[in-house]
Amino acid sequence: MRWLWIDRFLEFKRGQSARAVKNLSLAEDLFADHFPGYPVMPAALMLEGLAQTGGILVGEARDFREKVVLAKIVSARFEREALAGETLVYDVNILTLRDEGASVQGRVHAFPGGTAIPQELPAQSLGEAEIFFAHLDQARSQQLFGDHNFVFSGELKHMLGLAKLTAEQTTSDGRPPLA
Amino acid sequence: MPSQEEIYQKVSATLIEALNVDEEEIKPTATLQGDLGAESIDFLDIVFRLEREFGIKIPRGELFPESIFQGDPEFVQNGKVTDKGLAELRTRMPFADLKKFEQNPDLTGISDLFTVEMITKYIQGKLGN
Repeated sequence: MRWLWIDRFLEFKRGQSARAVKNLSLAEDLFADHFPGYPVMPAALMLEGLAQTGGILVGEARDFREKVVLAKIVSARFEREALAGETLVYDVNILTLRDEGASVQGRVHAFPGGTAIPQELPAQSLGEAEIFFAHLDQARSQQLFGDHNFVFSGELKHMLGLAKLTAEQTTSDGRPPLA
Repeated sequence: MPSQEEIYQKVSATLIEALNVDEEEIKPTATLQGDLGAESIDFLDIVFRLEREFGIKIPRGELFPESIFQGDPEFVQNGKVTDKGLAELRTRMPFADLKKFEQNPDLTGISDLFTVEMITKYIQGKLGN
């Protein structure tokens, strides 16, 4: 299984906010075990989706120089699990961004697969969380992990390329010109 | 400028959110690590929240100095903070109450300086300037 819990970015405003989607297919590996005959996506994986959306948003704001690690889930609340066939929309806003780290507020909305995603999302969300990221201290992390940025490597790299593309394409009103 | 009581109430609310503690656990003398269970990453979270709550900038290491003494033998000898070290503490953390610490300046007791009251005084000083 590949540890990517977002499919693509719909919007990317550098240093401010990002919106990503995750389409849930019944063929996802997770549904085989969670649970047999009752396929639901657990809230913990929606948190991961929010954290990936937020982590890339925070990483891109500093041109991926920082090692952005999830340090703390400050708060999280979920109304229900998500179902196969649904499209999840992850909306993340940066609350604070500093040298030492960043905190973001994220919301998850679920739509039946195939529906157009409205620009304005309903007030009622499926879940929300506040997530805190640390920039692993440069000096210390270099001792421990070397210069290689282990956070933004491998599988995430492809996603980062897409994020950058979305950031470049996103116009001043926040909508991708091709959407 | 808000009164000390107003600042204290806001600081309390901030700590309740950041550390997920009950209101009853918060009192002026409560230490962040010992009494309220704060871990290192929580200090950063608290700084971020205080900045947002009070609309101030808290430079890195000002409210929670990370390594004041850096193993300097002039400041620390045999696990005790020297007179020079205490003077350094007073300069770096004028908002901290050092009276109790001065009686037994054991280095391990430094974390007890970080109290709810200390944050309140720091914010008060920040807003006053």
